[in-house]
Amino acid sequence: MQKKTTLLIASLLACTVFAAGASARDLVIVSNGGTFQEAQSNAIFKPFEKKTGIKVVEDTWDNGIGVIRTKVEGGDSGWDIVNAESEELEIACQEGLILPLDIDKLGGKDNYVSGAVHKCGIGAAIYNHVLAYDKTRVSAVPSWADFFDLKKYPGKRALRASPKTNLEFALIADGVPLADVYKVLSTPEGVDRAFAKLDTIKSSLVFWTAGGQPMQLLASGEVVMTSSFNGRVTNAINKDHKPFGIVWDKSLQTADSWVILKTSPNVDKAYELLKFAGEAEPQSHLPEVQPIGITSAKAMTMVKPELLADLPTAPENAKDVLQIDDAFWIDNIDALTARWAEWSAQ
Amino acid sequence: MLKGQRGGVLRSYALIAPLFLFLLATFLLPVGMILWRSVSDPELRAALPATAAELSSWNGQGLPPAAAYAALATDLKAVDGASLASLSRRLSYENPGFRALLQSTKRKLEAAPAGAAPDLVALDPQWGANKTWQAMKRAAGPVGIYHILSALDLKRDYETGIGPARPGQALYRSIILRTFMIASTTAIIALALAFPLCAFLARQSDRVRNLLLLMVLLPFWTSILVRTTAWLALLQDRGVINTLLMDMGVIDQPMKLLYNRIGVIIALVHVMLPFMIFPLLASMRSIDPRLFRAALSLGATPFYAFRRVYLPQVMPGVMAGTLMVFVVTLGFYVTPMLVGGPGDQMISYYIALYTTGTLNWGLASSLGLILLVVTLSLYAVQNALLRRSGVGVR
Amino acid sequence: MTERPTADPAVPPIVSFRSVTKRYDPKSTVVDDLSLDIVKGEFLTLLGPSGSGKTTTLMMLAGFEWPSSGRIFMDGQDITDLPPHKRDLGVVFQSYALFPHMSVADNVAFPLAVRNVSAEEKKRRVAEALELVHLSGFGDRKPGQLSGGQQQRVALARSLVYRPRIVLMDEPLGALDKALREQMQLEIKQIHRQLGVTFVYVTHDQDEALTMSDRVAVFHEGRIQQICSPVEIYRRPRTRFVASFLGETNMLPGTVVGADGAMAEIKLANGVVLRGLAGEGIAAGKEAVLVVRPEAIPEIHAADAGGNAIEGTLLDQLFHGDHVRVRITVAGGQTVQLKLRPQACSGLPAAGETLRLSIPVEEALILA
Repeated sequence: MQKKTTLLIASLLACTVFAAGASARDLVIVSNGGTFQEAQSNAIFKPFEKKTGIKVVEDTWDNGIGVIRTKVEGGDSGWDIVNAESEELEIACQEGLILPLDIDKLGGKDNYVSGAVHKCGIGAAIYNHVLAYDKTRVSAVPSWADFFDLKKYPGKRALRASPKTNLEFALIADGVPLADVYKVLSTPEGVDRAFAKLDTIKSSLVFWTAGGQPMQLLASGEVVMTSSFNGRVTNAINKDHKPFGIVWDKSLQTADSWVILKTSPNVDKAYELLKFAGEAEPQSHLPEVQPIGITSAKAMTMVKPELLADLPTAPENAKDVLQIDDAFWIDNIDALTARWAEWSAQ
Repeated sequence: MLKGQRGGVLRSYALIAPLFLFLLATFLLPVGMILWRSVSDPELRAALPATAAELSSWNGQGLPPAAAYAALATDLKAVDGASLASLSRRLSYENPGFRALLQSTKRKLEAAPAGAAPDLVALDPQWGANKTWQAMKRAAGPVGIYHILSALDLKRDYETGIGPARPGQALYRSIILRTFMIASTTAIIALALAFPLCAFLARQSDRVRNLLLLMVLLPFWTSILVRTTAWLALLQDRGVINTLLMDMGVIDQPMKLLYNRIGVIIALVHVMLPFMIFPLLASMRSIDPRLFRAALSLGATPFYAFRRVYLPQVMPGVMAGTLMVFVVTLGFYVTPMLVGGPGDQMISYYIALYTTGTLNWGLASSLGLILLVVTLSLYAVQNALLRRSGVGVR
Repeated sequence: MTERPTADPAVPPIVSFRSVTKRYDPKSTVVDDLSLDIVKGEFLTLLGPSGSGKTTTLMMLAGFEWPSSGRIFMDGQDITDLPPHKRDLGVVFQSYALFPHMSVADNVAFPLAVRNVSAEEKKRRVAEALELVHLSGFGDRKPGQLSGGQQQRVALARSLVYRPRIVLMDEPLGALDKALREQMQLEIKQIHRQLGVTFVYVTHDQDEALTMSDRVAVFHEGRIQQICSPVEIYRRPRTRFVASFLGETNMLPGTVVGADGAMAEIKLANGVVLRGLAGEGIAAGKEAVLVVRPEAIPEIHAADAGGNAIEGTLLDQLFHGDHVRVRITVAGGQTVQLKLRPQACSGLPAAGETLRLSIPVEEALILA
């Protein structure tokens, strides 16, 4: 009898603690871990805590709209702010999983670089899909046209194992102006044209799936050129002192955004944090750990000059880049993935 | 007495209850949900309920009755953004142009003056095409076989019947076939490697066997990712194997061992070997070595004795090991992704792609369903074979 | 071995071991310079304690072990290096070694299937063989569904069905209980008589050896101590080992005081001189033992009976129904056991009384 009573009290206590934790919990921010999150933590989360006294709890995730869906479906499940990829932002916004943001409460539109402001999200990091090459085997800075020219630079090339980005690169290499890439790609002829261009180098293509592979492929001599995330290339050059080159010209740009889950009980605190995250001073420290493109228009001049050169948002690097069209890919990803799979397996 | 017995039964139920609940929560429910998703088609019904009702009674030929047009106009005006977004994504599987169609139609409907019955075909000629309406009907739900047919490269046409989804192309069937080819090749090679090894191990003393097994097991305790990455270093053009062979003058061009089927099979066999070794070794150890002697003494040649006495008895182990390797390989994802080329990706790659990448859960679930059905049938076949061979009847 | 082991020198042996030695490493010799002839049609039992080399000898004959030196002949042909499956022998193992995945009929048919016997013939001979071991109707069962005795009969049928020249049995009844073992002994003996095949039978059970065999070869430390008929081996053991290994025996140590051909005299520790049949290598002055079976002393006399006798005190007597065991402490402190018919015990003195044992000269052996 006594044992039962003890158990009852214990479970009641547990419930109380749980309930208390749920109603007044700390602000939880979720990003992608690794040095990326370390950069965000050092530049934004910790200074924010110090400045406002609002406790910030960090968590990590590996992306996937399904995760956001499940987090939101059953009411608050402990996340407030999430670092989301552009497509997740688009879909989650359409489905109403995240809150539409009031940009005026985040410092106004002009505070941010173009493309960083979305109805439901505010730019957290900008990065590019760039062309990277092995300087010992490619003499001059190559273009995407050179990437598709096996005669000029013999050797294998690596591309991501996905139609996304590759079809754009193929059209760019085939002479389509950046502004027209998605227009062309929206027609069946345009898709055929992109695949036809890819056909010309198919026998020399190697495909990568994980972000770390392109640099590994370059380093091992397996390929002479590859597509890659810009941060990986910069790290390989600066930290591992590899003889690699990075081509910003005609790279594809995309952004991660901060979003607030619609179930968040800490909306006010979340706004406070996002406002702070958009300020120039904290943002200027973001690239110190990793070359993350920053979204504050004013922060660019405050970044240390030696870091600036490696940022996608540096004026020199951002001159001729194409924003990835998420709406296009959300509509077309299934059809094009099927076609890509058929094409690549042949 | 009776009461006591019933108590015992209850007690045994109570004892297995935690495991049962655990399995229910972590296995049966998720699997059930996945199976449900392969036939569930809720988006259109949620976004356009009246239209869905009209479409259900339409036979899919020609154009739907005027009531369907009216229902669509009403539904489209009333639908909220989130539902329309979900519907657009669902219909984009049929045709990527649907989002634009639905959104422009909705905009034009909202702009049109109230009262007058809107003419949808005038708003967009696509509404005058059977193709458009068939796509809508296929999505009308709440359950349908659209996703399962898609996973088999098939599509239902209400005018001509079920036919190929994209004429001349059979992506998923070829992926399923490829998955089975890779899995069976892996299983056969693993068997070929494990069989002599196990036959050797079975005859060793416990100490020697455990030592050798430990060496087999060491890689088993390493993460698959690490092992696979190690194969990258070994197999690449300037990797250990190619460098060695070229230095020795055996070859003068690096062999293509990576990003193709060879690399996938090598890495998979390595990962899978323990799954083959354990059941095989267990079955070999359970065989009385004197049986082989008996067969020889009765006049059987060593080969005859092997075929008629040894082999039938290790068959359960061979079957268990082969099936285990085969089934586990079927679901492999990381290894082919890292060491294979695009033509070596297995079905799990696409399931993962459609689950997390493109959110086409219906298709992902259907591919999973096909995998499950085929695996279960294989298991049934193995069971039947084992029962017929009669080994283990006591 | 000086003795010619064949009972009838006119019949050529079916198997001959010639100076066969088997050692696994230089220090341990399992079979030591063995020469042995096996007569066609006989039931030969290799008897000995474990480790005496009897099973190794059988396995060398079967072809599962190879001699370190020496040759083995079968029908005059050297089979020393012939693989087991070409020797045309039937082997029955202690563990039965039935194939668990085959039915009883398939097990029995196995040696026929190996020899490509026609299906019809196979069926007939399997039925015959099963009939022989009283297992008709069990053909469709799996070995796992049979009792130990039944399994051993299947193994026997399997080893006989193709009419091998020799059937080897390695302790085939070792795993059975006593009653079943005795029944199987009779059956095996009967099958042997019926078929006339040569049987070579390994056992460590002396009763089995004595009841079944035409000849018994007693192994000890890799050598054959004695090979002859069960009666002779029991009544005329050639060595102390054979005497003690087969049946109960009394051994009285002493010194040989006289030897004249077939007979000898031994002086025991207490000074008594007894007469008996002389064993090999008996000469005056040598240490020896007087060996006498407990049942060989027909009766006990009161003191002062004359002849080949020894004095002692009655220790106790135990009634066993068909016989009475009597223990007597003889002068010098040793205990002698006697097995007497109950009728012969009527005149026995009380425990502690002195009495005199007269030992028949032809039942006493003096062994070196």
